[in-house]
Amino acid sequence: MTVTPAQSPMAAPGRVPDDPSSDIWTVALIGPPNSGKSTLFNRLTRLRQKVGNYPGVTVEQRMGRLAGPGKEVRLIDLPGVHSLTPYSEDERVAVDVLTGRIKGVPRSNAVLLVLDANHLSRQLSLATPVVALGLPTLVLLNMADVFVKRSGSLDVLKLAAELGAPVAMVSATRGSGLDAVERFLRGDYDRRPASLLPILQDLPQWQRWANELSRRIDYQRPLPSVWTRRLDDTFLHKLWGPLIFMVVVGAVFQTVFGLGQLMSAAFQDLLTRVGQEAAPFISNGLLRSLLLDGLWKGVSSVLVFLPQILLLFFFVGVLEDSGYLARAALIADRTMRSLGLNGKAFIPLLSAYACAVPAIMATRTIENKRDRIAIILIAPFMTCSARLPIYTLLTAAFIPDRPVIGVLLGARACAMLLLYLLGFLAAIATAKLLKSSILKSAAVPFVLELPEYRRPTWQSIGLRLIDRSRVFLRQAGTVILAVSLLVWVLEHVPVHNGHSPGLEHSALAYLGHGIEPLIRPLGFNWKIGVGLLTSVVAREVIVGTLGTIYGGDPATQAMTLQNALRQDLTLAGAMALLVFFAFAMQCTSTLAVVRRETNSWRWPVIQFAYMTAIAYASAWAVNAVLSRLLR
Amino acid sequence: MSRILVALTDLGVGEAGTIDHIRLPSTDQQFLMRMGFVPGARVRFSRRAPLGDPSVYSVDGTEIALRAEAANCILVQRDCLSRSGELP
Repeated sequence: MTVTPAQSPMAAPGRVPDDPSSDIWTVALIGPPNSGKSTLFNRLTRLRQKVGNYPGVTVEQRMGRLAGPGKEVRLIDLPGVHSLTPYSEDERVAVDVLTGRIKGVPRSNAVLLVLDANHLSRQLSLATPVVALGLPTLVLLNMADVFVKRSGSLDVLKLAAELGAPVAMVSATRGSGLDAVERFLRGDYDRRPASLLPILQDLPQWQRWANELSRRIDYQRPLPSVWTRRLDDTFLHKLWGPLIFMVVVGAVFQTVFGLGQLMSAAFQDLLTRVGQEAAPFISNGLLRSLLLDGLWKGVSSVLVFLPQILLLFFFVGVLEDSGYLARAALIADRTMRSLGLNGKAFIPLLSAYACAVPAIMATRTIENKRDRIAIILIAPFMTCSARLPIYTLLTAAFIPDRPVIGVLLGARACAMLLLYLLGFLAAIATAKLLKSSILKSAAVPFVLELPEYRRPTWQSIGLRLIDRSRVFLRQAGTVILAVSLLVWVLEHVPVHNGHSPGLEHSALAYLGHGIEPLIRPLGFNWKIGVGLLTSVVAREVIVGTLGTIYGGDPATQAMTLQNALRQDLTLAGAMALLVFFAFAMQCTSTLAVVRRETNSWRWPVIQFAYMTAIAYASAWAVNAVLSRLLR
Repeated sequence: MSRILVALTDLGVGEAGTIDHIRLPSTDQQFLMRMGFVPGARVRFSRRAPLGDPSVYSVDGTEIALRAEAANCILVQRDCLSRSGELP
């Protein structure tokens, strides 16, 4: 064993690397996954935090402010890491942030190292390299309440002496012991000269060293949780396990889909009412049209997804914080593997049936970047709720309500099921394609840690919800606002004598006519074309657009939208339109989220092109085959 | 004392062993080691997933699930205690 003074070349040894010109202190929070690091971060910063990605990578960057004594403290929550040897992207980012090598992220002045007191002998191997960086470090042994309750014990002072850094026992969920952090940031702890720490080459050596250290500090591992074992006996039971799993999944799906839909509808009503109430206050007709018909309608078409997103994240939060999600992934793994995916992809794919936006945000639990991108790319194929308006409209207009299997299943329900199946098959096929080509990943062994069951706290769930809605509103909202503005402008130019033209003569109609040759082979006319153009914003927009177009046309003005469509579209064309919507990437919010989550324009562009191409080709095939058959 | 090594998957539920080595490429080895599967560590086979695979192992107080394909490559020395039911 080589013993070297811990003087990292990156940090100036022997003094606090404090920038005298700035009063802001940057403190990095580092720790292994499942050490309760994020809970601690939330506990310390509350709502004073912002979430984003590190420049150039898909690793999430969370920064928060601490109302510190005298100085303002900026807390950076680093991704969970097992070691400072950069194997994964997360670890590379963590090391780069700690050493100030990431542009735009200030170099850290101090480090808070979070370790789970209950698994200390394994996690101690992270302590040495972190302390060896030479930055002032406070070691926090988290989940101390559980540790003490289960009769674990250790000599904290000995550990502090061995590491050459102050050590405090804390509980992030209870909020106990956190005054140590305050004292540390105030500089109350004397900075001892860095002790002699080993520089070791490989992990087994580190682990041996950590084991020896655990012995020297009289570390007594706590008794295993009886509750966790008992719950797992049920939740992972041969028979009950899968059964409970299906009930949980069914309940989540039903609530997000059923209750979520109701909440969204109510929210939609509210938003529409707000628009109507605001109308009399805007006297200028054009301005009113811009603000209400253009911007408000466009933005609220996205806002209506918020209740569903919050509901979904509430459930995912409860499942994840309680520890059940890991068990669900374990049960789902066998099935997901036969589809070429791993168990962790299961929740995002299920969520995508409600909406692809939260689903894509939920892929963060998948550590393998390539797997994660594959899931992000296939998620929009799942039949989301935004497809329902156009599905309902077209099936009601073109498919007779005949029973197929007695009263149980009608022809329309059958068509709906087929559309769901179609999306699912496209997703699976795409996943296989991606995993065998551009996203082929070296088969990293599937490793899933089953954390102990814990009671989720309202604080943690609430913060998640606020966090996710902020991200959703800001990121998707800005794009939607811009596109809505663009569509509205196209609807209202060219201006003649200070009046905007009717839709028929607008630039939008001009564009609709422009793409008509392109969509005629699919059995669509220019009106559908305009609908396709506007529904790039969001799928359900096509229904509103078609309503406006057919409502403005004297020939179809008096009819219901269903009848008007029946007059204007062949059965083959209608089926082609359904298939087009099953596959096409008609959702700006999703594209915006994909761009955000993958941190590049490359993936949303590929996704849009791929899905549109498939949609076009299959709509063409459906129209060609059906019009020949039905002739 | 015999030095007969068995794969992790050969352990019965409830049986334990000490990891000897991992028969995988270096990067995968590192990956598993970071999760606690280091040579010298004691592993206990705690349970199978309801559908048979993956299986859950207890390493150093943590429960970790591995698919059979990875567990097959982790070679352990079976504990005498758990095998014969007597103290070694």
